[in-house]
Amino acid sequence: SCVCLCSCLPLSRLLIVYPWTQRFFSAFGNLSSPTAIIGNPKVRAHGKKVLTSFGDAVKNLDNIKATYAKLSELHCDKLHVDPENFSLLGDILIIVLATHFKREFTPACQAAWQKLVRVVAHALSYKYH
Amino acid sequence: MIKWSLEGGGLWDSLSLTSLPGRMFCVYPSTKTYFPHFDLHHDSEQIRHHGKKVVGALGDAVRHLDNLSATLSELSNLHAYNLRVDPVNFKLLSHCFQVVLGVHLGREYTPQVHVAYDKFLAAVSAVLAEKYR
Repeated sequence: SCVCLCSCLPLSRLLIVYPWTQRFFSAFGNLSSPTAIIGNPKVRAHGKKVLTSFGDAVKNLDNIKATYAKLSELHCDKLHVDPENFSLLGDILIIVLATHFKREFTPACQAAWQKLVRVVAHALSYKYH
Repeated sequence: MIKWSLEGGGLWDSLSLTSLPGRMFCVYPSTKTYFPHFDLHHDSEQIRHHGKKVVGALGDAVRHLDNLSATLSELSNLHAYNLRVDPVNFKLLSHCFQVVLGVHLGREYTPQVHVAYDKFLAAVSAVLAEKYR
């Protein structure tokens, strides 16, 4: 249910808070304002895709590098995404979780999620050359 | 927008803000290296007191958005010549501050509010580091 509720939010928030990240989404149409970004169906769809992929990391905690090997190659060779963006998105996801879970998002909870997003970012950049 | 959300709702007095350093120490243990003289047990009086100081300074900054350099000049000197905290840590504290804002404001921490705070915290961090060299 967390994925359902939050799935499109991290990506749209990333595009609003760090507008230069829009450089990777020129094919997505109207990104001219926060309202346009939040309502953009391509952003919503892609946001869901990204969060579902995060779910794969959670299901494969002992094997994250292998889980993300192909995606890592894709982001390097085809998408040409600076790995710094993985860290940016990870931190945005954490803030979205904080707004959703509020008091339940304790320091210990945040620390666990920070570890996860760090490991995912590392795995996504692992195949870069 | 920042002034509204900071001054309204008793945010300054809220437990969550004064526990900001404690959250940072838990999430980013390397930040504890700057506080060897502190009692770093969860929720210690020292941590809360320091949290109040940090939040107080941010409150000053919010009230003088057009003159951050002058307002934070003493703190800037302190960090440059005395504390010499590596500036990477300003980002870590800023992130934790935003998490605490998210916890406190929930849905009201919209992307628009988020970007305003992100810019504000980046500006404060830049001023704190501006006398480093």
